[in-house]
Amino acid sequence: MKALLIARRELSAYLRTLSGYVIIAVILALNGLFFNAYALGGASKRSAEVLSQFFYYSSGFTVVASVFISMRLLAEERQTGTLSLLYSSPLRDRDIVVGKFLAGLAFLALYLLCTVYMPLLVMVNGKVSFGHVAAGYLGLLLLGSASLAVGTFGSSLARNQLLAAITSAVMLVALILCWLLARITEQPLADVFSAMSLWNQHFPPFQAGLIHVRDVVYYLVVTYVALFAATRVLEARRWR
Amino acid sequence: MIQVEGLTKYYGEHAAIRDLAFTISQGEVIGFLGLNGAGKSTTLKVLGCVLLPTSGRVVIDGHDVVSNAHEVRQRIGYLPDVPPLYDEMTVGEYLTYVAQLRGVTSRDTASRVGEAEEKTGLRDVHGELISTLSHGYRQRVGVAQALVHKPALLILDEPTSGLDPRQIVEMRDVIRGLKGAHTVLVSSHILPEISQTCDRLLIIHKGMLVAQGTEEELAAKMGGQGAIELEVRGDKARAVEVLQRFGVVVVDRASDGLVALTVRASPDRRPQVAQAVVGAGLELLRLDQGAGQLESIFLRLTHGQEVRA
Repeated sequence: MKALLIARRELSAYLRTLSGYVIIAVILALNGLFFNAYALGGASKRSAEVLSQFFYYSSGFTVVASVFISMRLLAEERQTGTLSLLYSSPLRDRDIVVGKFLAGLAFLALYLLCTVYMPLLVMVNGKVSFGHVAAGYLGLLLLGSASLAVGTFGSSLARNQLLAAITSAVMLVALILCWLLARITEQPLADVFSAMSLWNQHFPPFQAGLIHVRDVVYYLVVTYVALFAATRVLEARRWR
Repeated sequence: MIQVEGLTKYYGEHAAIRDLAFTISQGEVIGFLGLNGAGKSTTLKVLGCVLLPTSGRVVIDGHDVVSNAHEVRQRIGYLPDVPPLYDEMTVGEYLTYVAQLRGVTSRDTASRVGEAEEKTGLRDVHGELISTLSHGYRQRVGVAQALVHKPALLILDEPTSGLDPRQIVEMRDVIRGLKGAHTVLVSSHILPEISQTCDRLLIIHKGMLVAQGTEEELAAKMGGQGAIELEVRGDKARAVEVLQRFGVVVVDRASDGLVALTVRASPDRRPQVAQAVVGAGLELLRLDQGAGQLESIFLRLTHGQEVRA
C-alpha cells in the first residue's frame, strides 16, 4: 500500500516537471526517425519484417529511456534530502524501492504508448497480426522493466542524477555485452554468458512475435535481483 | 520516553558522537545545544531512525531504534536540518502525502492536515507550490510535516536556522504551542533561541555530552556568575584595561569610538563597574545585565574546558 503511495507521488512529479516530457519527446523523436529511415526505408519488404525492425530499434530506445527515467528515482531524493522523510517514516525499504520502480514503469509505459502509432501505421498499410504487435510490446515492457530495475539500483548507489545515469548505463552495457563474452569463452561458460545477456538471446523472439516462458522469466528475474540489490543499498546507507 | 545509553556513531574513522547518555521523560521540551559540528544532527538522525548507531542503545517509548525501528517510526516526527520538501507539490498535497505515509487514515487526513497548518501558521499558503515559498515558510512546512500525524515525540533539527528575527520569535511560539501534546527535542547552535522555550538543556561539545539540566541548575553547577554588558564611548584599550579587574572582558563591537563589551562578572557589581568606567573618563552609554547567564556557561563549556556533566 505504502509503495503505491510513493509511486503515485513519484509519477505525478514526472508529469509535473519538464524533464519527464523532454525525455519522452527526445527519445520519441529519435525512435520515429529511425523507424522512418531504417524500418521503412531501403528495399521493399514484408510488413512483418518492418514490424520486426521497429521492435529492434525500439528495444534500444527503451533501454535508453529507462536509464533517463530511472536516474532521478532515488538519487534525487538523496540530493534534495527528502530521503530522510522516507527513512523516518514507518516504511519498509522495499516499499520505497518498489514504489519508485513502479512509478518509473508507469512512465515508461506512457512512453511505449506514444510509440504505438508506428506499428499502427504498419497494420493499416500492410498485413501483420495483432498478436505480433502485442508480443513485441510485451517484450519491450519486460526489457524496460529489467532496465529500469537496473537503473533504480544505479540510482540508489549514486550521489546525484548524472552519476546515477552513468552507473546504470555502464551496468546495462555490461549486461548487453555479455554475448561478446559468450563468443570468446568455452562451454559451458559460453552458454551462461549467452543466457545472461540482456538482449542477445532473450529479445529477438519477442521481436518476431514469439513469447517464450524462459525469456519472460529472465526479464522478471533481472528485475527482481536488481530491485533486491537496490533495497539492500538503501538498508546499508543507514550504517554509512 | 527516550533512554540513550553509550550512544556512539563513527563516520569511518571519525567519531561524530561518543558515549552519549541521557534520558528524556514524557512531555518535556528539551533543547539540544552545541556548536556546528558538535554532533547534534548525528544524534538526532539516530533518534529519527535515519542512521543506525555504531554502538550503544537508544530506546524510544519502549522500542529499540535498531531492532524495532518500525515501531519507533510510528511514534516520531522528524525534521532534518534541511526540510525534506518536494518542490513540485503544493503545501496541502505535501502534508496529505506525508500524513498518509505515516499511517493516518484517509478519513482523518484532511482534518490532521488542517490542524498541522493551523499550528504552524500555514493556512494562507495551503494551495501554493512549495517551490514558491520563502525560507521561513519552508521551515514551517518542515515542522508541519513532522507533527501532522500527531507523534508522541517530535525531533526538530535546527528549526530556526536561517530565519530572520521575527520568524525566530514566531517559530519559538510554534514550538511553545507544542508543549503538552508532544515530547519535543529541538536542537540549535544559538542559545537564546531555545533557552526560553525549553524545560531542560543538553549541551553537547565535540561529540560528548558536557552538561545537562535546567538553566538554573547549569548556572549553579558552573558557579554561574553571569555577565554585564555595556557600551561606552572612548578608547577601546582603555575600556578593557579598566574593566579587566572585574572579570574576563570580551569586546563585542568597536566602531566610531563606540565600544560594546561583555564582562564576565556578577550583575550585582554593576554599580562598581559604572563608577570605574566614569572614573576612567569614558562616557557610559549603556549598562545591562548580560543577556543570559547561560550564554557564558555555554561559551565556557564549548571553549575546551574539561567539564563533564
